[in-house]
Amino acid sequence: MSDLRDLYQEVIMDHNKRPRNFRIIPQPTHHADGLNPLCGDRISVYLDVKDGVIQDISFQGAGCAISSASASLMTEALKGKPVSEVEYLVDAFHTVVTNDGECPKNLGKLNVLAGVRDYPSRVKCATLAWHAVRAALEQHKDPVATE
Amino acid sequence: MSLHSATAPLPLTPLTSATTRSTLDIARIRAEFPILRRKVHDKPLVYLDNAASVQKPKAVIDAISECYTGYYANIHRGVHLLSERSTLAYEGTREKVRAFLNAASTQEIIFTRNATESINLVASSFGSDFKPGDEVVITGMEHHSNIVPWQLLCQRTGATLKVAPFTETGELILEEYERLLDSGRVKLAAFVHISNALGTVNPVKRMTELAHARGIPVLIDGAQSVPHLAVDVQALDCDFYAFSSHKVYGPSGVGVLYGKKALLQAMPPYQGGGDMISVVTFEKTEYADLPNKFEAGTPNIADVIGLGVALDWLTAIGLDQVAAHEHALLEHATRQLREIPGLRIMGTARDKAALVAFTLQGAHPHDIGTILDREGVAIRAGHHCAQPVMQHYGVPATARASFAVYNTHDEIDALIKALWKVKEMFEL
Repeated sequence: MSDLRDLYQEVIMDHNKRPRNFRIIPQPTHHADGLNPLCGDRISVYLDVKDGVIQDISFQGAGCAISSASASLMTEALKGKPVSEVEYLVDAFHTVVTNDGECPKNLGKLNVLAGVRDYPSRVKCATLAWHAVRAALEQHKDPVATE
Repeated sequence: MSLHSATAPLPLTPLTSATTRSTLDIARIRAEFPILRRKVHDKPLVYLDNAASVQKPKAVIDAISECYTGYYANIHRGVHLLSERSTLAYEGTREKVRAFLNAASTQEIIFTRNATESINLVASSFGSDFKPGDEVVITGMEHHSNIVPWQLLCQRTGATLKVAPFTETGELILEEYERLLDSGRVKLAAFVHISNALGTVNPVKRMTELAHARGIPVLIDGAQSVPHLAVDVQALDCDFYAFSSHKVYGPSGVGVLYGKKALLQAMPPYQGGGDMISVVTFEKTEYADLPNKFEAGTPNIADVIGLGVALDWLTAIGLDQVAAHEHALLEHATRQLREIPGLRIMGTARDKAALVAFTLQGAHPHDIGTILDREGVAIRAGHHCAQPVMQHYGVPATARASFAVYNTHDEIDALIKALWKVKEMFEL
């Protein structure tokens, strides 16, 4: 099962079992739902943005280990970041899970999701929450889908 | 060649749908499927995603190749030998389908792209004169293919879609279905024969009788049933019956619509083009007779011919034998799945066929699917194009193992073993 462990790394299993920032922000400045039509998974993300900085970020919803862990790790990575950096981080994360470019530096823990690149059918699970964050900041009203 | 072995009958506990005991030689059947010899992630392939699509026997693969290498040409047009030969093989399949469904006439057999298109054909054509206030009754366990065409029809015409609910075990509530039929406004009842998400075998004969007693025609979505049980459209007395070639050991890209002749004759064409006309002027077109009226343009010739070979192959084995074998597999799987703590089976109807859907506490179906795949076990994880069924059980998705005649008890054991690996991986 060694190769499966490349996907289901300990950090991922931990964030799946104990997702961080798994709650609702009662009055978010930004909010969006991400929907993966392939499996019916839905993740809601909430942001509290002040002075161009993400003060607080959270998520809720049901998903597989990959989408839950990715959402959880994402909230940790984005908290305290300026909104202006989000676009770069979303793209950088996409590169991590698809490897269709040079692997970006300083993504820290998010690199544990690099194993997803060997499982093309699971890339959409990993990027679901990230799509939702981008949509939230762009103020989409309808749920964004991964396809 | 006999596919039945004289020795070692498979163990079988009685089930409502299977009345015979399987004497099939499964090893011999497996040998006819080239793909079953391959490995997946260095493990022998255990293909349990048959409700999505089944693998193809060599006879079917060869028939398609023979068509293209030996006698392919367009049908219904040429006077040359190849065209005549292709036409003969294509129309010969229509007769095979007629016999397979026990339809009264080949004029009642329409070739489409898949079961979905067959249903869309009926929605577009039969439904073209529906009016505001008219109703279409379906069940809560339909595949999206038997929901969305009716929703589109309702949007176009102002008709209303009514949904008959099912119980916690996955059985249709017949009284509720009957109550919906009683409104006096129902123009069509459309329901699934075997649910792809639950495995439930619906009492389609009774459902048809109840509709007919009120003068309501019925359409049966048979995509999941034709590979598993013998269908007799005259005995069922259904008005329309739809199925897909790719689920019945034939190639993808071909579907069948059976329709009663009188209804099909009265219906307007679905699509216009070549092959569906008798006389065309710029002022007016006279349509061809059945079944050509509903087959505009050059059809999927080689794959239709492949379907004919698939039906011959399946008929030679015998659907009663297939059903008996698959029920034994279902029993074997269900018994072992029930022993896995945290595993919940969705769909426990008394009459069930060839598939088992489940969830595992603490592991999402997608993760189950990925881990099983690494063990060589192919299952489906997701909503199975039946999101309302998922909503009924309050889950986003399920894992589903579905069986075909070539599956073995050992493969079920491989599934169970792989599921224990999921538990190990997720520390459940």
